[in-house]
Amino acid sequence: MLKYESIQELVSAAENGGMKISELVLQDQAESMETEPEELYKTMQNSFEVMKKAVETGQKSDQRSMSGLTGGEGYAMKAYSETADGGLCGTFMTRAIARALAVAGCNASMGRIVAAPTAGSCGILPGCLVSLYEDRGFDEHDLVMSMFTAGAFGMVIANNACIAGAQGGCQAECGSASGMAAAALVEIMGGTPAQCADACAIAIVNQLGLVCDPVAGLVEIPCIKRNVSGLMIAFSSADMALAGVAPKIPADECVDAMREVGNALPAALRETAGGGLATTPTGLKLREQVFGK
Amino acid sequence: MNIFDIIGPIMIGPSSSHTAGAVRLGRVANKLMDDETPAKVEITLSGSFAETYRGHGTDRALLAGIMGYNSWSEEIRDALDIAKDRGIEYEFIKKDLAGAHPNTAVIHYYLKDGQEGSVQGASVGGGNIRIDLVNGMKVEFNGDYHTILVMHHDRPGVIASVTSLMRYEYADLNISNFHLSREEKGGNAIMTIEIDSLPPDMLIEDIRKLEHVTNALLIRRL
Repeated sequence: MLKYESIQELVSAAENGGMKISELVLQDQAESMETEPEELYKTMQNSFEVMKKAVETGQKSDQRSMSGLTGGEGYAMKAYSETADGGLCGTFMTRAIARALAVAGCNASMGRIVAAPTAGSCGILPGCLVSLYEDRGFDEHDLVMSMFTAGAFGMVIANNACIAGAQGGCQAECGSASGMAAAALVEIMGGTPAQCADACAIAIVNQLGLVCDPVAGLVEIPCIKRNVSGLMIAFSSADMALAGVAPKIPADECVDAMREVGNALPAALRETAGGGLATTPTGLKLREQVFGK
Repeated sequence: MNIFDIIGPIMIGPSSSHTAGAVRLGRVANKLMDDETPAKVEITLSGSFAETYRGHGTDRALLAGIMGYNSWSEEIRDALDIAKDRGIEYEFIKKDLAGAHPNTAVIHYYLKDGQEGSVQGASVGGGNIRIDLVNGMKVEFNGDYHTILVMHHDRPGVIASVTSLMRYEYADLNISNFHLSREEKGGNAIMTIEIDSLPPDMLIEDIRKLEHVTNALLIRRL
């Protein structure tokens, strides 16, 4: 059985078995949960359905958060993608951005989402996967399977660093989600297990040190937009890994660095709304708007 | 930890601790009421729950749980209206409880027949909860297991009679955690018994019939 204590363990075991990381993990999880792989696949497929639905819900024109601080981001971005002919990033990417915004917005408006790995970072994985499904015609089976790869990388990160903003800052939430998504994207594109690890490493490197500083303590500002940067980094990291632009620091060491950086963050920058954007004059004004003085 | 702790849970946003965990706290009250609709609930919010409950929908989440909804039910968003439709009078009170976990709620319920009760618990992160007090008495459970609460008078042999009943009439039940607390010597007492498998309904009926037992409740795994 796998221990999920290192990314290298996943890569080596998959390579030795001549299979994808997702196949290895599905088999291993079925064994450790004493159930059939088909059952686990079905559960994961259901999560993918919830993700697709959340994209749809969050792109409605009347989407508003409970606090009223945010809303309509997914709708606006999707509309922009159409009117601006893909804008600067191109149609595929602007539509993917719209999806990440939509799912994060769905979360803020008390809609149903899949924490991946957390509610605050729930837009990154669906933003990537639903885009490949809807706009690139990738096979649903491969996408659902890639979620096992994403999950396995997340388990290693959770074991060796953490996935909670209150503990490790935003790098632990959006950074982890981005690393997980990058690994999944590489696998979907036919990359090797080692390239999955490379992509995860690059994604983490690009978000190391990111603080958790939510305005008014709510999962909205800046969380919703950080789902977009997480998504963009996941895509670019996956492309770099597939292009052979290797990270110079191995994935496991990047995770260790994430833990170390997280531990060094002051409490004010770990989800307490005691610093960063939360205590800017505007951040404080928005807080007052929601909760009063 | 398994793969669905990372890709999951499926939940209603925005926060696993302030929304999903709050639903689960409410569900414990729902179980204590035996799924009955209360006439009135008073919900005390402490710490971070008191400061940010409106923005996180913690109030809706608690009420949804009290009405028996799950942390993935889309009804949570409309829980305030649903509670009104069901004739539940509700009140949220902001009050700092000294020494309590930052995300603590106390749910005091009043049933239509005049019975009342309370539960105090905390949302401890990632949607997980911890129940601290039931009817003012210390308990110790988190909803990860099936839990039996036995309210009784503090007398010699009551624990033995409950565990013997479980051992000799329901042999397959394995106790994974046991906790006892009492108001005072000879006064009201409460046993918290966490078990690995779901017991048959008859067990609770049988425990209720035991001498010195005033009530027994089953809180299924949340």
